Amino acid sequence: MARPGYLTSAWPWRSAAYLLTGAVTGVVVLVGIVVSAAVGGVFALALVGLPLLLCTALAGVPVAAVERHRLRLVDPDPAPGQHGTPREPGLRAWLTTRLRERATWRELGHALLFAGLLWPVDALAFAVFLAGPLSVVATPLLFGAFGEAKVLKVWLVTSWPAAFGYAACGLVLLALGAYLLGVAAGARAGLTRLLIAPREADLGVRVVELARSRVRLVDAFEAERRRIERDLHDGAQQRLVALTMTLGLARLDAPPGPLADQLAKAHEEAGTALAELRELIHGIHPKVLADYGLEAAVADAADRSAVPVDVDLELPGRLPQAVEAAAYFVVCEALANVGRHSGASRAEVSGGHRDGRLVLRIRDDGRGGARAGQGSGLTGLADRVSVLDGRLSLSSPPGGPTLLRVEIPCGPAS
Amino acid sequence: MRVERPLRVVLAEDSVLLRDGLVGLLGRCGHEVVAAVGDAEALIAAVGEHAPDVVVTDVRMPPGFQDEGLHAAVRLRRERPGLPVLVLSQYVQRRYAAELLDSGDGTGVGYLLKDRVGQVEEFVEALGEVADGGTVVDPEVVRQLLRRRRDPLERLTPREREVLALIAQGRSNGAIARELVVSEAAVGKHISGILAKLDLPPADETHRRVLAVLAYLRA
Repeated sequence: MARPGYLTSAWPWRSAAYLLTGAVTGVVVLVGIVVSAAVGGVFALALVGLPLLLCTALAGVPVAAVERHRLRLVDPDPAPGQHGTPREPGLRAWLTTRLRERATWRELGHALLFAGLLWPVDALAFAVFLAGPLSVVATPLLFGAFGEAKVLKVWLVTSWPAAFGYAACGLVLLALGAYLLGVAAGARAGLTRLLIAPREADLGVRVVELARSRVRLVDAFEAERRRIERDLHDGAQQRLVALTMTLGLARLDAPPGPLADQLAKAHEEAGTALAELRELIHGIHPKVLADYGLEAAVADAADRSAVPVDVDLELPGRLPQAVEAAAYFVVCEALANVGRHSGASRAEVSGGHRDGRLVLRIRDDGRGGARAGQGSGLTGLADRVSVLDGRLSLSSPPGGPTLLRVEIPCGPAS
Repeated sequence: MRVERPLRVVLAEDSVLLRDGLVGLLGRCGHEVVAAVGDAEALIAAVGEHAPDVVVTDVRMPPGFQDEGLHAAVRLRRERPGLPVLVLSQYVQRRYAAELLDSGDGTGVGYLLKDRVGQVEEFVEALGEVADGGTVVDPEVVRQLLRRRRDPLERLTPREREVLALIAQGRSNGAIARELVVSEAAVGKHISGILAKLDLPPADETHRRVLAVLAYLRA
């Protein structure tokens, strides 16, 4: 509004539209609430009125929805609703959720205030700041049409010069009114936002809830990994071992010839399947991590790496499961990247547990230029670490060396 | 297939399917499974009762399905020095192998992937080797170690590493010679080279072979 182009922009008109629609909506809300409350109250004794009273109590919800929508006329910031999602589908669950929410009652209060007090203010502001000055501007028209005109029903105009004089004054009033219109609309929008849009404190609660649900998801995901690993191990893998054993014994019995060749082939295939399954299971959730913890698992990952890896990791003992898993997968992904992209001839994994945090550094002497993103899998790792309130940083100038550093706050597990 | 020396075996494996299969397999090859049990406690009890020639056990067993079998094996070897134990694992893990080899002086132990029981002849050969006081380490573990180790194995020539890998798998000089298609004398020469480079002074030949393998695993 302080900008010079305000008068020629759409904002005065948007403000006017906001106030006018506010007045109209307010009347509708007033009539709706009064009628439904009255009818509901009258029939309450006969019980049929009770649902109607319930609807009255919930009237704030649709009114607030309309108001949030209308808010967009003068307020570019989004005003999201703050209702929770019912746990199950169905009217009953919806009703229970709504009636228990603070937001519902705040919105009812807003609806009552709107119906009783706010819409007349809207109407008044619209009339004084826009309709009034417009009628003054229109003085020459009225004078021409009727031979005389009464400006704002007070001053009688009997000559053309006076009519045009009033019209000029009207233009000035219109410009002033446009500003006042903006102020009024802004104040109204501010009040509405205060009443029916989420407050900072609520946002904070929601963020904490989100973070918790993220941690729960990761935990559920880890549990699922372990379950899959166990199922594969106890089921498919055992059967395959038994199968290769049977095939091995059958080969001992088979006389040389086409049958023995077929058996040999089948035996070999089963062996390959077994080896693949073993690698798969290891990738899902390595047993050594569960049995011996991060140090041993990192040493194991280093053993498997295509690039030679030096390990210098000292931990006070076992760490919380989620931390061990996240740290292990960071090391694996980092070593896989070293093997695939870096062209390094050596890598080093070092770190320890200091000042209540696990610190891991994975370094290689490759060509550098690695970036998080670009499908390197580092983004996913960063997410995984951040769920645990940890940090992942990457330094990889072109020409190398590349250093990946991970910090996760944690106390040692039991 | 018959073997020179029938062995009395105590077997611990929680999967009934595999346990029955192994009992059948060992029986076929002339060994006798004197007890086949499903958890670590029963394994220790069965060894006390039967005093077998060799123990074959799974790593992961009830009740915790962690490394109960491995710990039972380590405990048995502590209580009965020289008791040959062959551990079967579904995972290749240096950590497991090292823990096992550290029990006793690394003689009469084996650590094999479960997959190997499918190679019936090699498996039975390995079992015999362990029962005779040899050391058998799964080729997969050896392969991982070879790829990573530098000192002191860096000084070995590629051929010497190959020979050391085969020793770790429990092969005799004759078997190594056949595998690499060289003479047994050449194998002997490589072995003395390895022992010299690993700084293992001449002593009892068979024991030094085990030490070389251990040097490998702990390097």
